[in-house]
Amino acid sequence: MEQEQEYLTFLIGGEEFGVDILCVQEIRVWSSVTELPNKPDYLKGVINLRGVIIPIIDLRQRFGKEPLEYDHQTVTIILSDHNETRPMVVGIVVDAVSEVYKFSQSSISNPPEFGSQIDRCFLKGLASIDDKLIILLDTQTLLDQDELYSVNDHVKAKDNSLTENVETTI
Amino acid sequence: MSVDLSQFIPSFLEESFEGLELMESSLLNLEQGDDETINSIFRAAHSIKGGAGTFGFEHVTEFTHLVETLLDEMRDGRREITQNDVELLLKSVDCMRLLIEAIRDEQECDRTEIDETAKLLTIALNQTASVDVDNNETGSGTTNQQVTQNTLWDITFIPEHHLVQTGNDPLLLFNALADLGPITVEANCKDLPPITDIDPTELYISWHLTLDSAASEEDIREVFEWVEDECQLIISQPVKDQQDSQQPEEIVIDKQGGDFTSVSSASDSSEQVLASAVADNASSTLESTTTTKSQKQPSKTKADVGSIRVGVDKVDSLINLVGELVITQSMLSELGNDFDLSKIERLTSGLEQLLQNTKELQESVMRIRMLPISFAFNRFPRLVHDLSNKMNKEIELVLKGEQTELDKTVMEQIGDPLTHLVRNAVDHGIETAEQRLASGKPAKGVITLDAYHQGGSIVIEISDDGSGINRQAVFDKAVEKGVVDKNTVLNDNQVFDLIFEPGFSTAKEISDISGRGVGMDVVKKNIQSLGGRIQVESEPGKGSTFKVNLPLTLAILDGQLVRVGSETYIIPLITIVESLQAKPEHINRVSGDMLLYRLREDNVPIIPVCKLFNIDAEHQRVEDALLVVVESDGQKVGLMVDDLLAQQQVVIKSLQDNYQQVEGISGATILGDGSVAMILDIPGMITMAMNNASQSQQKYGDIAKNLEGVMS
Repeated sequence: MEQEQEYLTFLIGGEEFGVDILCVQEIRVWSSVTELPNKPDYLKGVINLRGVIIPIIDLRQRFGKEPLEYDHQTVTIILSDHNETRPMVVGIVVDAVSEVYKFSQSSISNPPEFGSQIDRCFLKGLASIDDKLIILLDTQTLLDQDELYSVNDHVKAKDNSLTENVETTI
Repeated sequence: MSVDLSQFIPSFLEESFEGLELMESSLLNLEQGDDETINSIFRAAHSIKGGAGTFGFEHVTEFTHLVETLLDEMRDGRREITQNDVELLLKSVDCMRLLIEAIRDEQECDRTEIDETAKLLTIALNQTASVDVDNNETGSGTTNQQVTQNTLWDITFIPEHHLVQTGNDPLLLFNALADLGPITVEANCKDLPPITDIDPTELYISWHLTLDSAASEEDIREVFEWVEDECQLIISQPVKDQQDSQQPEEIVIDKQGGDFTSVSSASDSSEQVLASAVADNASSTLESTTTTKSQKQPSKTKADVGSIRVGVDKVDSLINLVGELVITQSMLSELGNDFDLSKIERLTSGLEQLLQNTKELQESVMRIRMLPISFAFNRFPRLVHDLSNKMNKEIELVLKGEQTELDKTVMEQIGDPLTHLVRNAVDHGIETAEQRLASGKPAKGVITLDAYHQGGSIVIEISDDGSGINRQAVFDKAVEKGVVDKNTVLNDNQVFDLIFEPGFSTAKEISDISGRGVGMDVVKKNIQSLGGRIQVESEPGKGSTFKVNLPLTLAILDGQLVRVGSETYIIPLITIVESLQAKPEHINRVSGDMLLYRLREDNVPIIPVCKLFNIDAEHQRVEDALLVVVESDGQKVGLMVDDLLAQQQVVIKSLQDNYQQVEGISGATILGDGSVAMILDIPGMITMAMNNASQSQQKYGDIAKNLEGVMS
């Protein structure tokens, strides 16, 4: 029998995304965060999760979409890599959680080569269920610090703030 | 039924290292006729040897045996304790440490030095024998044992096949022989039947041994007393020419139980190899191979367990406190069962008690991590001893405040910087005996290491009574290196701080001890990374003092909570000089958007935290905000904050566990309400502000240039 994997799906801007459910540690409602200084917009800040400090990423903004006002549906999915001995834990903010689906490896097709706002490295594949198309995300890269906080953004954020500063002072 | 010995290896290693330290420090204090010290050194060596034997670390056993023999002679008064011997023993301790470290790291260590030292030891041992003879001849010796020269005995031991069935173990016999003197063992396996015909309860191997010992034939026969009837024993007359040209031959006997032994013989007579063989009657398969691999470690455990020894008193006080906590807890829960407002007083007092308990418990737990600083100081007597010998200087090392306690993590990381400072004191600080005498000082220089508590931190002072720092030389060098301008006027402290600049050394000649100018900057960096700071005081002709200020612990920090906008930040209390409401008349604007605040005679740059961190703040203008003047690295800055909140101890949590280093932030903590607050990294913030300032200045420059271009 072909091995099936379960995926937790969630909504961002009407699109449905899925992550490997084994990487989902828990789902929390949105709670206020402590901001980190001089960080890109998508990094909302850090929270205290039972004594561990974890960063919170707004996936919407990370994927280059317009930010959305947080409401009672907004949830934080805490991801952690279950394979590692000292897993990295990160929280992602999504519009809402949706369902849990089972997909077999063969029903997942490769992502299209272009035409996506999302960094290709995060995409694992596409799966369709009942006319819906679900974008599966690669948790490995999502949990990879270098990929998640790619250097380009830092430089951009810094440059912006710097020019702004100069402009305002002028 | 076999016990897995490997689980005890970490404790063996730990004990061995402790033993080595004890040996080292005792050796340095060793004086003639000091029986107690020799005994303690001997005991340490002996337990290392015993432990190593149990685990089959033969290299250690062999080597330690030589050391032990030498010590034994000293203990019995058969040997004068000479400076040379002490040096040799110190060297041996180093070798033993190398060997044991090799076991810990499961690596082969470099044998050359060890072999060399072993050779020296053997030579020294042989000398004793002749010294003994001399002593006895002149009648000055107190003992009359072992007058004879060591002889080389040839022993052939052919046991009958059923020897092991009678409960005899050849290994024990050989160990007993090894107590008489260094032996080599050679196994003869020619009688081994094909593997299919082997009866595991039979012994097929015979041995040929050479024993280098002063013992008589009777002594040797005595060893074999119990097996005499079950073996063929040939003890041949002493041979003079012992150059044995046989090739090394080794046999590894493996049996299913996982036990193993290697039998080896060495052709080099100066390298006495004690090897042993076990033919256990429980063995079910016997496999013999000729291999060159001489050792196989039975264990895979890494020794780096990072354990600490805790005094029983500390554990007792913990248990007491936990007991009290339990009582308080039960009192509170009983109170909660049927609570009404009349009991509010009892509730408050109960909560107060709980607070007290928690605080005490916290302190006790922290105390477990505290070790007396002597752990870090212990290495210095040896270091100074070696260095002063090498440099022909007479130096006395004085240790003070060794019982001052310091966090284990801090202790581990302060070792190297301290070593560097002590080396410097020996090399640069103390002059040679002639120079000292010429300047009217005693020939013997004194280096003092002192540790004491001061406020919430610990101070370690390294002082010497040497020539002091040559202020002019440092200044000239700094000018030469382009660190400062020739015309700058600096006070003494500022000049002395220059020695912490990278690549700075005023030593005229580079020695292999110090003088390359690599180091003082690293020392400073290391100390700063521990949250500490270093200061220099020096007086020409009188000596210099380095003062290292360290936080007691790295896990907990005394912090001042401040508010900027909606965020709470924590400023380490140790960095705060003062907090004040800015007076408008003391604020000066200088070029760019740099603000200076006149604090008495100092001009302090102001860093608006909100701008640095790009966050919203309630007060944008300096006049409205509060200033917290902090100091790092001798540099004072004023942090602009909205409000001062409480002062409290915070537990430091790392941000890097799940995120990366954030500029200007040294860590995070969790406040009483469960929210996260950032701990400010003051030196980091200062660098940030400086960089920003220089960058914006550059931008201004660019814009000005562009404007000029447009205008013209």
